[in-house]
Amino acid sequence: MNAERLQLTDQEQALLEGEAGQAIRFAMQLVVNAAQIMGAQRLLPTRYLHIDACHYYGRAHLDFARFLLEHNVKFKIPAWTNTVPVSLVDDEVRDQADPQVLSESRELANLYLQLGAKPAWTCAPYQLPDHPGFGEDIIVGESNAVAYFNSVVGARTNKYGDFLDVACGLVQRVPEAGLHTNAGRRGTYHLDISDIPETLKQTEFFCHVMGNFMGKAVGSAVPVITGLPFTTQKDSLKAIAAAAAASGGVGLFHAVGITPEAPSLEEALQHKPADVYHKVKVQELIKARDSLSSGTSGRLSMVALGTPHFSYTEFQRLLTALDGRKVDAGLIFYVTTSRFVAQLAQAKGWLEQLKQAGITVLVDTCTYFSPVVRGCKGTVMTNSAKWAYYAPGMLSVDVVFGSLQDCVESAIAGEVKRDSKLWSAKFWGENG
Amino acid sequence: MADLSMKAINVLNYGQVSGKILKLDEPLSFWGGFNPRDGCIIDQSHPQVGESINKTILALPGTKGSAGTPGAVTEAIRLGVGPAAILLPKPDVNLLTGVLVAAQLYKIVIPVLILLSNDFDKLETGRLIHIKNELIYSV
Repeated sequence: MNAERLQLTDQEQALLEGEAGQAIRFAMQLVVNAAQIMGAQRLLPTRYLHIDACHYYGRAHLDFARFLLEHNVKFKIPAWTNTVPVSLVDDEVRDQADPQVLSESRELANLYLQLGAKPAWTCAPYQLPDHPGFGEDIIVGESNAVAYFNSVVGARTNKYGDFLDVACGLVQRVPEAGLHTNAGRRGTYHLDISDIPETLKQTEFFCHVMGNFMGKAVGSAVPVITGLPFTTQKDSLKAIAAAAAASGGVGLFHAVGITPEAPSLEEALQHKPADVYHKVKVQELIKARDSLSSGTSGRLSMVALGTPHFSYTEFQRLLTALDGRKVDAGLIFYVTTSRFVAQLAQAKGWLEQLKQAGITVLVDTCTYFSPVVRGCKGTVMTNSAKWAYYAPGMLSVDVVFGSLQDCVESAIAGEVKRDSKLWSAKFWGENG
Repeated sequence: MADLSMKAINVLNYGQVSGKILKLDEPLSFWGGFNPRDGCIIDQSHPQVGESINKTILALPGTKGSAGTPGAVTEAIRLGVGPAAILLPKPDVNLLTGVLVAAQLYKIVIPVLILLSNDFDKLETGRLIHIKNELIYSV
């Protein structure tokens, strides 16, 4: 695997030979193996890690963290934690989970704190203060955060899978390959959405659908979108990033006139022709939209917002949509977010208002993880294309996808209500 | 069916195993799309949903989606429901990381072979094959 091409510094070579102990040697082996596969010629220094491996998925995760602790290693760079399967402050939200899974999830979280990680427990670390900036080489594994940091912030990361993320963090190196290089960031797949109605494109709802469609259409290529409104907000870019990273392998997208490496189409393409030009038809988007729902009507058991974690501005918009009303007592309504954003919302008095409305704000975790929260069965409504993509396989529930306002109106009614205008053929620009 | 005989262009973990091929038509997200406790594919939109990778010679184009893939791969190997070997048309960092961690923590060594894509295309689900170091042949 091009082993002869990778050049290590003397210091890196020493780590690989075990100078800093067996755990660091193994970490360096994982990094070097990845670097060789990716064709890197050298390793780059890095100062930021968002850990995905703290998310329990079986005893292998525990055994890996214990192996590191037993060899007395610690993170020497800021290492923020991703979401975990359980809320670390709410014992009851997954009361139907295997007690061993619950206790081992908490144990894993604690092991990472002992390794020196910073307790953020969020899939949206880009919403925290002091996050990395444009051009910085960083280590991120959570797929939506990879796509967001690369695309919207302009920081540089490949999608580091579990264990490799921690390994890179411990040796403070990443392979110079893929999205860490200028060449790897070239847009290759031109998605032209100029035929899609402007009023549709201005909705966040559209951005979820667009992301889902884009992931399926381009796989792991680097898409360049032309025709996205310049007014598109960060929450909508978050939706595109999350949905495209879930349904495909998108780690970076450019949106001309919006994202930092795409002031123009030519610059996003790095002055080369696109490998693929794809003029998006509205029927393709409708197909993606409809793939996100397994039901369209009936009583609701749950409404799930906050995938990825709800932002400050999303809380603002949720309260506006609620307009002082209460949700139906027959369903549960969860908003997942980070501790950091929850504190901001708390300070504004918003958490109390949401509680009065019958809405529970949940931190540290997400509602699409298995086992389902509160033993929920039946139909769940969400505004998140990522939630809608994963949940049917993971939770055995029916999913109805809708806008934030659709979710709120449905929660108040206790059954699916969709804005007929938003769902009309006319709004979507269908002929006839 | 013509006999299969091919040679890998790259090998991680040399070894000898026999088994039936399970070929995935599309990349798989092992986190969310796969149950590491029983080895079954649960991604409802995957063409091979419902199939078990347990003890198969798993031929797949690669992985996609979540970063949880290595953890799920290591866990399935730990529990004895992982593949007997993995065949790929190109190296996949997530799969290899999961396999390397399983070897470090549990001393369970899964051969991973990289094939020319022409050779990879000849693999068919259900075919019984034998792997001996870099060699693959039908039995």
